[in-house]
Amino acid sequence: MLKMENITKVYRTDMVETHALREFNLEVNEGDFVAVTGPSGSGKTTFLNIAGLLETYSAGRYFLDGNDVSGISDSARSRVRNEKIGFIFQGFNLIPDLNLFDNVDVPLRYRGFSNKERKERIEHSLDTVGLANRMKHLPAQLSGGQQQRVAIARALAGSPRFLLADEPTGNLDSKMANSVMELLQDINAKGTTIVMVTHDPGLAAQAKRNIYVRDGKVSELHEVSLQATKEVVNA
Amino acid sequence: MMSYYFRLALISMRRNPVLSTLMVLAIALGIGACMTTITVNYLMSNNPIKHKSDVLFHVQLDNWGPYEAAVDPNDPPYQMTWTDVNNLQKSERAYRQAAMAKSGGVVVPTDPNVKPFQAGYRLTYGDFFTMFDVPFLYGSGWDSEADSNGRHVVVLTKEINETLFGGKNSIGQNVTLSGEIFTVVGVIDEWHPIPKFYDLNNDDFGRPSELFMPLSLKLSMKLPSWGNVNCWKSPEEDGFEGFLNSECVNFQFWVELNNPGERADYAQFLDNYVNQQKTFGRFPRPLNNRMNNVQQWLEYNEVVADDAQIMMWLSLMFLVVCLLNTIGLMLSKFMGKSSEIGLRRAVGATKKDLFIQHTVETACIGIAGGIVGLGLSFFGLQGLRALYGEFADKLTSLDMNMAILAILLSLVATIIAGLYPTWRACSIAPASQLKSQ
Repeated sequence: MLKMENITKVYRTDMVETHALREFNLEVNEGDFVAVTGPSGSGKTTFLNIAGLLETYSAGRYFLDGNDVSGISDSARSRVRNEKIGFIFQGFNLIPDLNLFDNVDVPLRYRGFSNKERKERIEHSLDTVGLANRMKHLPAQLSGGQQQRVAIARALAGSPRFLLADEPTGNLDSKMANSVMELLQDINAKGTTIVMVTHDPGLAAQAKRNIYVRDGKVSELHEVSLQATKEVVNA
Repeated sequence: MMSYYFRLALISMRRNPVLSTLMVLAIALGIGACMTTITVNYLMSNNPIKHKSDVLFHVQLDNWGPYEAAVDPNDPPYQMTWTDVNNLQKSERAYRQAAMAKSGGVVVPTDPNVKPFQAGYRLTYGDFFTMFDVPFLYGSGWDSEADSNGRHVVVLTKEINETLFGGKNSIGQNVTLSGEIFTVVGVIDEWHPIPKFYDLNNDDFGRPSELFMPLSLKLSMKLPSWGNVNCWKSPEEDGFEGFLNSECVNFQFWVELNNPGERADYAQFLDNYVNQQKTFGRFPRPLNNRMNNVQQWLEYNEVVADDAQIMMWLSLMFLVVCLLNTIGLMLSKFMGKSSEIGLRRAVGATKKDLFIQHTVETACIGIAGGIVGLGLSFFGLQGLRALYGEFADKLTSLDMNMAILAILLSLVATIIAGLYPTWRACSIAPASQLKSQ
């Protein structure tokens, strides 16, 4: 489903070169729920941005759904993001002036669906996250947990095969975080592949698979990553 | 999708009403100033008889002295002599022809309740009305018999008919002009060609003369010469007839020629006429006849005043300054939306989608600026009218063309001004914005 081969990402300024990812290799299979952990600055978010085609990379190859997306145009990247990938962000990234219906509508607008289909998808997505009765509310009228649910509904509305979540519970208290995590597990159970970046070892432990990123590399998989996570927690 | 972008534009404008209002006002000020001066220039440079512009010709003959041209560097005088206009008129070599001059006198109404007043006369021929498509409210112009025999017939403007007869059908009524009784044969409907192309020598933008009567009456009634009179030498005889027989120019002459053949024939006729006059000792200068159609005549006379053009260019520069301010405000507004832009990019919007979305928003601001600017230019024109009085009366009217131009100018100028902020907005890297919210 997702395969990265020797992906390298270097940020260059006049003075400094920073290697965010170094020969990063990872394969995520269909239906996986992968938690990505690692210390700050290790390259987790860079990995997620590259996986979501939000950033280009300096070297390596990236296959999404079997297709090499390394050299595709900007508009083709937009189309792939729109059709195959759903995003969930730590800060929810809802548009404050649009009500919930219109917020969930945003990705569908670029998909070319008919009005009827968009409406059905929006209502179904909001229903899935338990907010069907608040469609006309503005984001500011909701709690943080509810806002994140709207963001999840927005990510799900286009039926993506691949959900990328960057610290989805980072701005939530533990109760709301668990509720969001349960929702993600439900979504994964229905077949959507999820890659989630998190600092929270407890949440990571609920994923099917863990990877640990350090210095821009996937240093260990599952068992070792759990050990590393404990180190981070103890530190 | 356009309706979606339009809705987003309105939401975005409402989101930051102060910034939006400032942008609209900046554009409106520039458009208001521009449209005020453009309107004045537009009306000054208007061709009021476009549909016949190519068949109506103003005739000039160079009867000037041998040592100096009437108009530098070597142009004939703008007007013609009494002798020449009468000779050309009587020859009837054009499809239609109308000699004319400006005069005036005292009008004595038949109604004792209306006081006598002074009014301008347009002395001309009956062809004047058909040549220049003059619309009639009542009656018509006079016939050639009235021209030949100097009949005391008069055509009134709508305004003077209102004054003399309360606006009623006055055909057949009498009115005393310069001490003689005239019969009304026609009343002109609203007719105010701007510029007054048929006589640019006397108040280019003034109102048409209030009374029209046969030119042949000038001699019999000894009607005075109003307007510009120019002479290259003093009259050789004394008195009124001496002046008319002199080389002084005070008359205009227009012909209607419907095709190139007629024009060539008439040009040849003018040459022949001048050559014949040379045998009588007139026309000491080389052949220098001119025939200008209406548009050429307007351009030759440079009816648009220099200061009006300078004002227009200054106002256009002011618009540029306003747009530069708008660019700054737009940049600020669009950069303030960078997290939304990042999100839209992340969920699948292409740069083209965002470009269209922001261009629609820019266009909405432009249209709003244009509408407010139109209101400001209305007040600007009212100000000019108050400042310059009747002279500017007809130069300060916004017509539908100008209203459409105001909106279009605002729209295009704002979209151009918005290109850079829009491009910056579309170039926002989504990844850099998503984490920052």
